[in-house]
Amino acid sequence: MINYIIKRIGIAIPTLLILIAVSFYLMHAAPGGPFTSERPLPPQVLANIEAKYGLDQPIWRQMINYLWGVITQFDFGPSYKYHDRTVNEIIGHGFPITLKYGFWSFIVAVGVGIPLGAIAAIRKNTWIDYLAVGISIGAQVLPNFVMAPLLIIVFTLWLDWLPGGGWNGGAWQYLIMPIIALSTSYMASIARITRSSMLEVLNTNYIRTAKSKGLPTKVIFFRHVLKPSLLPVISYLGPAFVGLITGSVIIDIYFSTGGMGYFFVNAAFNRDYSVMMGITIVVGSLTILFSLIADLLYAWIDPKIRY
Amino acid sequence: MIVANKNKIKDMADNLSESGAGRSLWKDARIRFMQNKAATISLFILLAIVSFSFIGPYFAVWSYEQIDWNAMGSAARVGMPSIESGHFFGTDDLGRDLYSRVIQGTQISLMVGVLGASVAVIVGTLYGATSGYLGGKTDQIMMRIVDILMSIPYMFVLILLLVVFGRSIGMLFIGIGLLSWLDMSRIVRGQTLNLKNMEFIEAAKVTGVSDFKIITRHIVPNLLGIVAVYATLLVPGIILAESFISFLGLGVQEPSTSWGALIKEGAGTISYETEWQLLFPLAFFVVSLFCFYFIGDGLRDALDPKDR
Repeated sequence: MINYIIKRIGIAIPTLLILIAVSFYLMHAAPGGPFTSERPLPPQVLANIEAKYGLDQPIWRQMINYLWGVITQFDFGPSYKYHDRTVNEIIGHGFPITLKYGFWSFIVAVGVGIPLGAIAAIRKNTWIDYLAVGISIGAQVLPNFVMAPLLIIVFTLWLDWLPGGGWNGGAWQYLIMPIIALSTSYMASIARITRSSMLEVLNTNYIRTAKSKGLPTKVIFFRHVLKPSLLPVISYLGPAFVGLITGSVIIDIYFSTGGMGYFFVNAAFNRDYSVMMGITIVVGSLTILFSLIADLLYAWIDPKIRY
Repeated sequence: MIVANKNKIKDMADNLSESGAGRSLWKDARIRFMQNKAATISLFILLAIVSFSFIGPYFAVWSYEQIDWNAMGSAARVGMPSIESGHFFGTDDLGRDLYSRVIQGTQISLMVGVLGASVAVIVGTLYGATSGYLGGKTDQIMMRIVDILMSIPYMFVLILLLVVFGRSIGMLFIGIGLLSWLDMSRIVRGQTLNLKNMEFIEAAKVTGVSDFKIITRHIVPNLLGIVAVYATLLVPGIILAESFISFLGLGVQEPSTSWGALIKEGAGTISYETEWQLLFPLAFFVVSLFCFYFIGDGLRDALDPKDR
């Protein structure tokens, strides 16, 4: 187990470095620098600005400086577009917001998805099963960028129950629609995965044995069925997390929640490279960390896996 | 009369040879697929949508870039769907004909989906088959690379690519294709590991066939079933990714359009009571995705013996 943990961390660190290196070189491969504008600056001014941001140095040097800043001081440098703000400030503003609705969406997706899939599997071929399967297929073709406007139409324009956007310090009225829009499709996938893996488990010989020796249904379910049928769900949690983070881009645009996604898309339109890089790196490290946790959890739960 | 007889004889001959020769894997799969009603119906609906996107333009009164100055800015009053004005699906806010735009969006979205999936399938299959067949250290390194790429948030990298290399459809589907072959390569590798110990591969090796030829001639053809299944499931995934990017305004650029871009426009103007601007593209999008998923499921039941 410890060997496996070390091995797994051994993958995570180069992954992060590759992500940083690739995004760094991509930024510099782009035609036009961050200070190219329609009215060209005098060469001396441009040289001064570039010297200030360290852009006159060779690329490998810049990258080492950047990496060093990120690792030692968690410093992602200044924003190229908003000269009075650093990337750290922007991330510090957007990240807690994204984290808050992302966390709740994750809880909803897992907390609703697993029971839904489990009930569908136990009551196979009843109306509950059909309903659950119907919901999960429906939710798959209604991605968050479709869900978000539909929710606004129904709950804000027609029913006038919830505010159509804004954050307001994360009050619950402002959280409901982002969470529903973000979590639905992952909830559906989790339900589908739970259902199919639980059906598989329910058909195994050891469950038949447990039934025939007269164990109560509850004991069979919680002791013998639940754990093995959750394994595929755990391996899906990594991708689901990535999806939730990516989906935050849509949520921020639609509900004006002001999370990281908003700053990322804004930076993409403004070619604000340092902000894009900073957010990519933060999101990337989170993703890598999360898939690490999911893998370790998997190895811990499944005794058959020996690395 | 003679013709009819000839056909009859031919039919009988076909029946005869069928019952004698036994059914091939593909024929078997086709029969199983046809028994799946949802999948068969989906296939027909999808074919209808595809042919609509090619035949539809001949019935259009307005082209997709032509502006109806009457409807411009007053789409809510003048631009509703009607037969008389020639705007079968209504107009958008700029007075452009939504019928033509939806057709164009359908073509582009489907094209990105299919081309992106082909890139992903070709790269993923070759990569996975090579990795699985060669085994050992090479396999480990190749799969480690896949692991690394998998844990990168690819939507962010894709946006980065589009910003750096400019927004174009070409870049879009290369980016999506190059980033979505990873699952494919894992699945293919797993299958290859099963295949490579079979006798016919050993026989090929003994007779001195080169590794490359064994992979392309003997391994890949045997993987076609599973590849077909995951390719059909990949297309809707890629269409979703493309729509997501276009929805952000980073994908397909004006005057071209795609489902994602149309949904974005429709969703943006929803408060002006012009629901058709959202509903028509949304209907095409949702129905097509449904069809792709059902066809993929049907194909999986038909071709993948493990999941049955």
